[in-house]
Amino acid sequence: MSADQSLKGRKVVLHDMCLRDGMHAKREQISVDQMVRVASALDAAGVPLIQVTHGAGLGGNSLQHGFALHSNEDYLRAVCPQMKQAKISVLLIPGLGTMRELQSAYDCGARSVTIATHCTEADTSPQHIAFARKLGMDTVGFLMMAHLNTPEGLAQQGKLMESYGAQTVYITDSAGYMLPADVRARVAALRAVLNPETEIGFHGHHNLGMGIANSIAAIEEGASRIDGSVAGLGAGAGNTPLEVFAAVCERMGMDTGVDLFRLMDVAEDIIVPMMDHLVRVDRESLTLGFAGVYSTFLLHAKRAAERYGVPARDILVELGRRKMIGGQEDMIEDTAMTMAKERGLLKSVA
Amino acid sequence: MAKIRCALIGSGNIGTDLIYKLRRSEVLEPVWMVGIDPASEGLARARELGLKTTADGVDGLLPHVREDGIQIAFDATSAYVHAENSRKLNELGVMMVDLTPAAIGPLCVPPVNLREHMDRVEMNVNMISCAGQATIPIVHAVSRIQSVEYAEIIASLSSRSIGPGTRANLDEFTYTTSNAICRVGGARRGKALAIINPADPPMIMRNTIYCLTDDTPDEARITESILAMIGEVQSYVPGYRLVNGPVFHERKVSVFMEVAGLGDYLPRYAGNLDIMTAAATRTAEMFAHELLSGRIELKPLETA
Repeated sequence: MSADQSLKGRKVVLHDMCLRDGMHAKREQISVDQMVRVASALDAAGVPLIQVTHGAGLGGNSLQHGFALHSNEDYLRAVCPQMKQAKISVLLIPGLGTMRELQSAYDCGARSVTIATHCTEADTSPQHIAFARKLGMDTVGFLMMAHLNTPEGLAQQGKLMESYGAQTVYITDSAGYMLPADVRARVAALRAVLNPETEIGFHGHHNLGMGIANSIAAIEEGASRIDGSVAGLGAGAGNTPLEVFAAVCERMGMDTGVDLFRLMDVAEDIIVPMMDHLVRVDRESLTLGFAGVYSTFLLHAKRAAERYGVPARDILVELGRRKMIGGQEDMIEDTAMTMAKERGLLKSVA
Repeated sequence: MAKIRCALIGSGNIGTDLIYKLRRSEVLEPVWMVGIDPASEGLARARELGLKTTADGVDGLLPHVREDGIQIAFDATSAYVHAENSRKLNELGVMMVDLTPAAIGPLCVPPVNLREHMDRVEMNVNMISCAGQATIPIVHAVSRIQSVEYAEIIASLSSRSIGPGTRANLDEFTYTTSNAICRVGGARRGKALAIINPADPPMIMRNTIYCLTDDTPDEARITESILAMIGEVQSYVPGYRLVNGPVFHERKVSVFMEVAGLGDYLPRYAGNLDIMTAAATRTAEMFAHELLSGRIELKPLETA
C-alpha cells in the first residue's frame, strides 16, 4: 500500500495505556480510585480497549519492577464492572507472569490480553497464548523492542505467535527508536505472511517525537490497532499521545469511534494533574530513543544516577551498548555500580 | 583408585557435557550413555569417548546394570519420562541424580543441603533448575544469618543456551525455582524471574538476588556469609563470580552474580547449563566418596 493512498474511512481500534504503561511513569503508584476515574472517563469517551495492570503486567509486583499500591486483582475488580462499553486488557510477559495469574485476571473481568516477548523470543509464549484463547480472551502477541529484529525476522516471529493462536500481532517500539520507514518495512513484512483475518497493531513510544507519524505509517501498511495513552502517560517520553492521534485520525477521515473533545478533556483535566513529572521528551528520554533503550529503564536509571553519581544518560547509553532488554532492570543498578567503580566513585567489597 | 560407575540418560547437550565432567572426576567413571535416536550426535560422541551406548532408552540399559556395576545415573531427559526411569533404576539399587524439572526426589543445592541427602541415603535427588543452582546458595547465605521474609531472583540467560523444552514451559521454570527459593533457600516467600536475551555475542549468564530481611540486615555478617558461600560454589563452578554488591538498602540485600561455564562441551556463556552439570557432578561425587569409603550403601528400592 503506498503512503499517498487515502486512509479515509479506515477503521482503527484505539487501545489506551495510561493505566498500564502509565504505571511506569507513576512508579506504580496509581490508586484504585484514580484507576476507576480514568477508566470510566475513557469508557465514556468511547475508547474501546483499556489496559489495566502493573506496568510490567501480571506478576509484575516485585523488587525488580516495584510494588504497585494494590494487586492487579484489586485494580481489575474495581475497574471492570464500571465499564459500559470498553473491554479491559492486561499485559503478560512470560518469564514474569504465569497462566495462574492470567486465570486470576480473567476471573476479575479482564477479557483481552497482550502476551509480550522480546522480538526474537516468540517461542516462549505458546502456552500462554493457547491458554488465553482457551479462556476465550481477545489474544494479542506483542513483539517488544522490535527495532532489534529485521522485518523478515519479525514476520517469522509474528507468524509463530499466530500459529499459537494470537489473533492480533503487534510491532512494539519499546525504545521509541523507530522512524516511519522502519515501521513501514516491519508492518509490511508482517502483513505479507499473516493470515488475512489476523490483525496487526502498533505500540509506540514518543522518545523521538515519532509516536503519531509511526502509528500512521503502521496503518498505511495495514495495521488496525494502535496503542497510545491519553496525554502520553507512559514510560520514557510516554506513549503515542492518544488524544492527539485521535485528532489526526479525524482530520484524515479515519474512524476511531471516540469522542475527540471528551478525550482532550480526560487528558487535560484528569491525566496531566496526576503526573509526578511532566512526561515529555527530555534529555534522558531522548537518549532512550536515540540509543534504542527500553523506555521503562528511564526512572530506574535516574535513581541509579542519583545513588552512584554516574549521569543517567551515560548509564542508558551503556545499557544500549550492552544490548540489555526489557525485564533486565536489575542490570541498571549493576551497570551503574560497575561504571562508578571504573570512575573511582565506588569501592569493591570483595 | 576405584571409581563409582555411572550411566548418563539423555544424549543431548547436558548429557554430553556430563561425560566431560565425569571423565575428569577422581571418583566417577562414565560407562553408559542412553539415548533414543541411534543417529544422535550425542551417542556417536559418547562412543568415540569410549562409553557403551544404547538407543533403546532406559530399557536398553537395564540388562547391563548389574554386570557393569552401575551405581549412579544422571537423568537429563524430560520431566515426562523421569519418573519411570527413576523407578526402574532405583529397583536395581541405582541412585538417580535428576536434572529434569520432575522433582520427585528432594531438591538439592550442594553447598546448602547435600550433606542431609547423603546422610539419609536418598535414592533420587533433584537439581531444581539452572537459576536455582545459581541463586539459592546466596539466598541461603543470607537466611542462615537473619530470617528472610522474601527473596526474589532474576536470571538473565543467553537465548542460544535455552532449549525448546524450557521455552515452551517457562511457567514450570518459574514455579519450580520460586518453590525452591523457599524450601531450600530458606526464604518465607520466593519469586523467580527469567529473561532470555538474544544479544550476539551471547551474554554470559547473570543472576541478581534480592533478599528482604525481617530486621535491619547485619551488613558485616551477611557480607562474610555471602563471600564464604561464593567460595564454596566456586569449588565446583570456578566461573561463579560476584560482579557487584552485596548492596544494602533498608531491609533489602542485593547481590549481582555472573556464571561463566567451564567450556567443556557447552560454550562458556552457557553458565546456566554448566552450573547444572557441575552441581550434578558434585552431588554424585559426594555420594561416591561415601560409597567408596563404605559409610553408605545403596539398596534396591522396593516399589509397589
